[in-house]
Formats: sequence, C-alpha cells, structure tokens
Amino acid sequence: MPETTAMTKTGLTLGPVLFNWSADRLRDFYARIADEADVDRVHLGEVVCGKRQPFTDGLWPELIERLQAAGKQVVLSTLALPYNPRERAAVLDFCQAGELPEINDLTALPTVAGKPFLVGPFVNVYNEGAARVLASRGATGICLPVELPITSVAVIAAALPEVEFELYAFGRLPLALSGRCYHARLHGLHKDGCQFVCDRDPDGLAVDTLDGQRFLAINGIQTLSHGVEAFCPTADELGKLGVRRLRLSPHTVDMVVVSRLYRALLDGRASRAETLAALQALDLPGELVDGFTRGQPGSARVEMA
Amino acid sequence: MSIELVCPAGTPSALRAAVEAGAHSVYCGFRDETNARNFPGLNFSPDELVEGVRFAHAHGAKVLVAINTFAKAGAMDAWKAALANAETAGADAVILADLAVLDHAATHHPNLRLHLSVQAAAATPEAIAFYADTFGVKRIVMPRVLSVEEIAKLNAAINVETEAFVFGGLCPMTEGRCSLSSYATGKSPNLTGVCSPPEHVAYTEDKDGTATRLAGFTIDRFGAGEQAGYPTLCKGRFVAGGKTSYLFEDPVSLNAASLIAALAKAGVTALKIEGRQRGKGYVAEVVRTFRAAVEAIDAGRTEVEVGRLLAGLVEGGRQTSGAYKKAWR
Repeated sequence: MPETTAMTKTGLTLGPVLFNWSADRLRDFYARIADEADVDRVHLGEVVCGKRQPFTDGLWPELIERLQAAGKQVVLSTLALPYNPRERAAVLDFCQAGELPEINDLTALPTVAGKPFLVGPFVNVYNEGAARVLASRGATGICLPVELPITSVAVIAAALPEVEFELYAFGRLPLALSGRCYHARLHGLHKDGCQFVCDRDPDGLAVDTLDGQRFLAINGIQTLSHGVEAFCPTADELGKLGVRRLRLSPHTVDMVVVSRLYRALLDGRASRAETLAALQALDLPGELVDGFTRGQPGSARVEMA
Repeated sequence: MSIELVCPAGTPSALRAAVEAGAHSVYCGFRDETNARNFPGLNFSPDELVEGVRFAHAHGAKVLVAINTFAKAGAMDAWKAALANAETAGADAVILADLAVLDHAATHHPNLRLHLSVQAAAATPEAIAFYADTFGVKRIVMPRVLSVEEIAKLNAAINVETEAFVFGGLCPMTEGRCSLSSYATGKSPNLTGVCSPPEHVAYTEDKDGTATRLAGFTIDRFGAGEQAGYPTLCKGRFVAGGKTSYLFEDPVSLNAASLIAALAKAGVTALKIEGRQRGKGYVAEVVRTFRAAVEAIDAGRTEVEVGRLLAGLVEGGRQTSGAYKKAWR
C-alpha cells in the first residue's frame, strides 16, 4: 500500500437524501450542512424515484452554489433505476451539468466515459475485475455495495490503489429496488397515481414481522433495512483496508452531529466505543447494525464493546 | 421465424425432459456459486454438461449456461473455470451478469456467444448499448419491470436480441439489485447465488398454527391445517403502517402466456420459463404446453385458442402477468 494513503485525511461524504423530503426541508437541511457539517463532499440528486424529480430539479443549482461557497465538493448522484425517456434524459443531464457525477446505474456510462466520475453503491462492484472495468472508463471513486464484507473490500482496494474507495458507514441500508412502489401499494394506490404518499415517512416506513420483530423499511420503490448501519472503524483500520472515504446517508436525525462524531473518530479524537455510544444516544430510526461489513447477516447488531 | 422457447434445466434429467417436450433452448448452470440457483441437489458437473449439450444438439436444441453471479473478490477462478468448461462442452451461449466475468469472457473466449443475465438489470438503451459495444453481448434477458409497450420501444432502440420471462417464479425486486436475503441470512443472489436459503428456514408450530421463519425473522404464519408455504423473504406477510399485508408481492407466480403474441410483436426473440428448481415432470408439462401455444400463434390461431391450451397450467396456484400489463403502475 502506498505510504500516502495513510497520510491523507480520510474523506467524509454526505450521500444523497434517499427519502421524499420537500424542497423547503431540503433547502433548510443543506443550508445547515453547508454551514456546520464536518463533511468535505456532499451528494445532491434524487436517486430513488424519477417521479419525485420534478419537485427538486429546480432546487439543485442554488444548493450547489451554497455548498460550494461553504467549501464543500458537490457531486450529482443519478437515479438508480431509470427506465422511461424522461428519467434517462435526467441521468444524462446530471452527467453533463459540469459537476462531478456519481452513476448509480450503467445507463450513464457511455456519457461519462473518459471523464472523471464516481460509482455509487447501487452499481454491482463485487470484485477487482468489475472495479477495473469502471476505472478504465474514468471512475475515480467507487462506493462499494452495502452487502460486501470488508475482506472483499480489502482485496478490491489493494488491486486498484489509484481509485478512491468509499464505504457506506451510516444510515439505513439500501437493500432493494423494484419496478413497483410499496408505499403506493400499501395505501391501495397505483404507482401512476401515488399521491407521493412516501413523503409521510422521512426516514422510511418501518416494516415489522407478524411477530413484531423490527425488520425492514420502505421508501417508495426502495426497501431499506430497519437497522441503521454504524460502521465505525479508526482511520488506521480504514488505511489498512485501503479505504479512503466513508459515506453518511442522511436521516432526520441531526446529521451535523453525526458528521462531527465520525470526523472525531477518523481524526483519532474519539474511540469506536465512544462514537457508538454517542450514535446510540441519538434519535435514530432503528437499532445499530454492521453485520455486512463482518461477513455476517446485515441485520447483525453492532457489538458495542 | 418462430419465437424461441428457453426452458429451465436444473438437472440432467430435466434437461432431457425439456428437450423432448419441445424446448428450442435449455438453460442450466454448474454445481457451484457461479450460478444464481446454487441450491443442493441441482445443477451440472462439467461432464454432465458435455453430455447434456450432446443430447440437446442431437435433438436440435441449444444449451445456454448461466454463469450469472458476481465473482468473489480475489477468487475468480471458479468463474473462469465455468466459462472454460462451458466453451469446452460446446454451449451455445453463456448468460453473464458481472462486469469482471463479461470482461474475462470477451477477452479470453471470443468465440463464446454472450447473453446478459436479468441479474445485470439492464433496462435502458444506453446500458444495453454499453454491454453490446464493450463485450459484444448478443442478447439481453430483460428485467421484469417493463410493460409490453416499453419492451416494444426498447427493442426499437437497441440492436441486440431480447429475452422475456413468461412463466414461473417472480421477483418483485429488480434482480441483481437485492440484498434482502443477505440482510436476514448473510447469503444472497449476488454474494452466493441463493435467496432465502433452506438452511436458514424453520417451520415452528405453536398454538396459533405454523410460523415460517428465515434466520429467525417471521416471514408468514399459517393457521392449523393450512399448507405452510416456503418462506421466500419478499413473498411474506409483514406489518407496515398498522396494516398487515403481502407488502412486496402476493404468493403468486408469473404467467404471461396470454401475452406471447404481444411479446413477439414487441420484437422479443425468446421467451424464458423460470424453474430450474422444478422436477422433470413439471418442466415437461410446461414446456409442452408453451411449445403448442407458440406453434398455435405461428399458425395464426386466435389468443382464445391459445388460452385454452394453457388452461391446464393456470389451475392451482395464483398467477399474475407482473409488470407486462402495467398492473404495477
């Protein structure tokens, strides 16, 4: 591993908001992120549902400006499952907007090829060969799929030291996408006339088993974990894995606080146990989990000790 | 040209049954983590594949080999071996999903015909063009999220063949983009080629009947005397927003038999029947019926007659035409 990897400060990314937040809520949220959050990179864009895009499309230019003025690098994240012509056009627009794009589906690949771009966790990069195919087309950073164990992460990162690898460290885990909208289905509506009922659940709607076990959460066409991923490595551990960046996924909990906790952890100012205890004290939508990183079921609880 | 019927062959005997029942093509996989039906008692050894290809070719049928999981980091040998063994056996095509496996096949097996698995979830002309231009992929197995109208438009915008699922199990989630199974069990289609694996399944009797569980999570409950179904995670009953329902999908299977003519008109090259985990008797019956339906449509007979041919298959379990009729919108 190159010496410089461990020397470089580990990056912290605020991922795209996965939920259906109103334009006002997003404007307030990002104003606070710009002024107070301890992240160096912020992703903007609607990645889950193309139907939500018209509500936020007009918002991004002012937010890009606001965040850049505050010294944040801005990335535009594209839709994870585009298929109709309007959604496909939106993906291409984002990739040509001039900011660094993150692709979440290979639809954008012919457009971004040859220019620097990032690869999001919705693209299946399970091995070094897949990472190499994307890097050869210009990918400079890859946020790996959430179910990948860190043993695999280390192998992939070691094979491509020139790529900045990122792990999804905080937030409900994005587990599945569908052509069908579960919020609409639950409310007896069709997807085409969904009334945007997913906006009632700004952290997703909890899905329990018939025996009352906390299990999953729905967010329109997306299914997430009920548990909140809390992968809390030290900068040294990350350096050994070859990982140079962690991603925090926005929730209604105070993300400024979350960003500061992770920054303190990565800077060595707080221990893993202190970080986990502080996270657990927050008003989170679910229990802390980190099983995927350990090669266990993703629902496996964080071991606090 | 008649539409091609692509039929499941979970075992050598199912392969023979499907070919004898009139399959134009069969698809199968090796007995390891390289294919997305990595279940005990299924699949082919390299020698069995050689024999299967010989049998199929002698009967004028093709063999497509599914090597459609994502190679494990640092351990790609099994996938490389699967590609080499498929080529040695004389397979007519391999069905792939992983960028690394596609890249290896295109570089080291230039004579192998490549199909893109549904696990790659390529649903747009741009994504499909990427796979065609980069790896020389000749056919796309389409994600089960498109309506017939959308398939027609897609076919007009691409220059590779398309294959559409018409019968059998139905994933409500976009395949290749689902980690629900590993969230509960640690094993998933992308990681290990399995979904809701049997070693994590438990049927527990209590005073209320039977609970079916997957790695301890209750997937469904059945009353006394009710037949308890297999706990496939996305086909279970859950509670959300105070409501108990089959939130993701009812326990139904796909039957798009009534849409064969419409799919052919939409430019689809091949129809795929799901069910590599099914026995040879089931496979033979489904294949025979679909072959008769395809021939009836070729002969210009009406959909009503085709529907009558397929009536036998519709008895029993509940069925849906999935996304094809825009019912999901």
